[in-house]
Amino acid sequence: MSVTSTNNKETPELGRSLWDDAKDRLKANRAAVTSIVVLIFITILSIIGPMLAPHEYDAVYRDYVKVPASLEAYPRQDQIEPAFMSVAKRARLNVESYQVVDGKVEAEVTSRREIDERNTRRFDRSDIFENTQIINYSEDRKSATVTADVQYMHFYFGTDANGRDMLTRTLIAGRVSLTIGLLATLVAISIGVIYGTVSGYFGGKVDLIMMRVVDILYSLPFIFFVIMLVVFFGRNFVLMFIAVGAVEWLDMARIVRGQTLSIKRQEYVQAAEAMGVESGGILKRHIIPNTLGPVVVYMTLLVPKVILLESFLSFLGLGVQEPMTSWGVLISEGARNLQGAPWMLIFPSLFLTSTLFALNFIGDGLRDALDPKDR
Amino acid sequence: MLRYVLGRLLSAIPTLFLIITISFFLMRIAPGGPFDLERPLEAKVMENLNKIYNLDKSLWEQYLIYLKSVLSGDFGPSFFFRDFSINELFAQSLPISMQLGLGALTLALVIGGFFGVIAALRQNKGVDYSVMTAATFGVTIPNFVVAPCLTLVLGVYWGWLPVGGWGGGAFVNKILPVVTLALPQIAIVARLTRGSMIEALRSNHVRTARAYGLSGYTIVVVHALRGAILPVVTYLGPAAAALLTGSVVIETIFGIPGIGRYFVQGALNRDYTLVMGTVVVVACFVILFNLIVDLLYAVLDPRVRFD
Repeated sequence: MSVTSTNNKETPELGRSLWDDAKDRLKANRAAVTSIVVLIFITILSIIGPMLAPHEYDAVYRDYVKVPASLEAYPRQDQIEPAFMSVAKRARLNVESYQVVDGKVEAEVTSRREIDERNTRRFDRSDIFENTQIINYSEDRKSATVTADVQYMHFYFGTDANGRDMLTRTLIAGRVSLTIGLLATLVAISIGVIYGTVSGYFGGKVDLIMMRVVDILYSLPFIFFVIMLVVFFGRNFVLMFIAVGAVEWLDMARIVRGQTLSIKRQEYVQAAEAMGVESGGILKRHIIPNTLGPVVVYMTLLVPKVILLESFLSFLGLGVQEPMTSWGVLISEGARNLQGAPWMLIFPSLFLTSTLFALNFIGDGLRDALDPKDR
Repeated sequence: MLRYVLGRLLSAIPTLFLIITISFFLMRIAPGGPFDLERPLEAKVMENLNKIYNLDKSLWEQYLIYLKSVLSGDFGPSFFFRDFSINELFAQSLPISMQLGLGALTLALVIGGFFGVIAALRQNKGVDYSVMTAATFGVTIPNFVVAPCLTLVLGVYWGWLPVGGWGGGAFVNKILPVVTLALPQIAIVARLTRGSMIEALRSNHVRTARAYGLSGYTIVVVHALRGAILPVVTYLGPAAAALLTGSVVIETIFGIPGIGRYFVQGALNRDYTLVMGTVVVVACFVILFNLIVDLLYAVLDPRVRFD
């Protein structure tokens, strides 16, 4: 073997593989490239967004339930006074004078009893004020001045029915949805590819039985299957995508089997067989790599399908559990609050739809790029 | 032909049997039972309930009892809707779901097919692009987003249509659910029709028809569409089975007493007979529609023959 390689020292001209061709053609497809950029953008946003966002995804702001999406900071000017008055009332303080200067509230208060230092907590506990101080006590401690900073917060996507920031929640939901989509697809692809190649390669009775099993699983209503799996595994985040993946492998198995049937007649497979390579080796080295084209295309189309399926399960209340969330959970909550709080539906839907859109375009682009007829 | 149909129907029996067996045992292995409440029932009550529903017998005995009753066409009593048998529930809800499904199917075929053909005839022009963009929207926006938006606009703001409910099958009550159910199907049918129509328009027999000087209508509808509709038929077979047996989402949102809702309710409440009944009905529909698809193939494509 080494004799042949001694003569040509200079590197041989590299051939163009199927994948090189496909890459070039994909790059020429403007819709697909845009989609890839959009998808990467959403992914990065979902991964690092929640860390940068000013709110925790499960932080509840009771003073800001269902506030509309806005670029301006909350509280609004006209919100401060009523909020201050209601806290003061709860603390049994009478407000004599009240003014706001540079985001700082200053009010003179009186009370029938002695004013306690600890009343500051009542103000701090509200989401609107912070750093409350009671100063300038009078002789009998029955009147004093309360100063408090107004705590300005931004809710760019508004808040939900529990007063949680929708921006953070949408991003963290993206993390969950994309993870489920990707992992469930990987599970489905792995099962499908292994099942399909084994069935196609060994053929005969093995093939007959294995495909019969697929046929029967096909006629089982698919929702039943998912619900049963979810019921079994409990509402567990990790096991849920395994359940979804375990349902979605059927198509993949059929596609891969069809591919395998034609690949196993190729000369290089026969050559490997003649050289005495074991079945496992042939499957791993020759058959599986050559089925990857359609597998990749199918994968990009399966991810949106799985994300939709997860949203569907969440819609039924079988999905991710509170306070964790996913796009499906957010959308089904938003759908319920559509009339009073449309922003709760708009933003998660926007993210979900653009992700699905991007994945569909990438899938279509890949299919065109890998299609040997288009050479 | 008749022999073929009979053969297919006979071969469905073992499949159905296997489906019943698998789902029966899957359902029973799942933790929890139909009478598990948050506050447990008294032991004696529980014992009596179990006796009435044969739950005290061994799993195998229960399986045999169930098989026997299914063979005689009786799906047993419901565990959750205590006063109803499964047959009664289905007799009420299945026709409702089937009406909705049939409406959606017709809409999908007519509108989706029409737009698909238009897009194919104007390939790579503005019309084509806008139809395909709309179709992608139709596929990607989940129907539990579409449904509330439609109800809000048409039902609440403009007040043209009722927001939900079945209303004894009044026409206005059907419009929103049927349209929502049909939208994604319209999109898929349009995409499929466009793809196969483009291919069909390039084929030899259409070129020959053009050379004969036939009218545009005859060329498109009679010669090209007949071949181009085959992939659509393949897709619509299983889709029809799914549509006719009800959609959980649509029926929940619009409050329609169809069969789709029973599925989820049944599985969550461990209503064994209800889930089993739904599984059997859905499986029958799937098998039946696969057969119909194959028969339609023979009608549409003269190269296919069953002998």
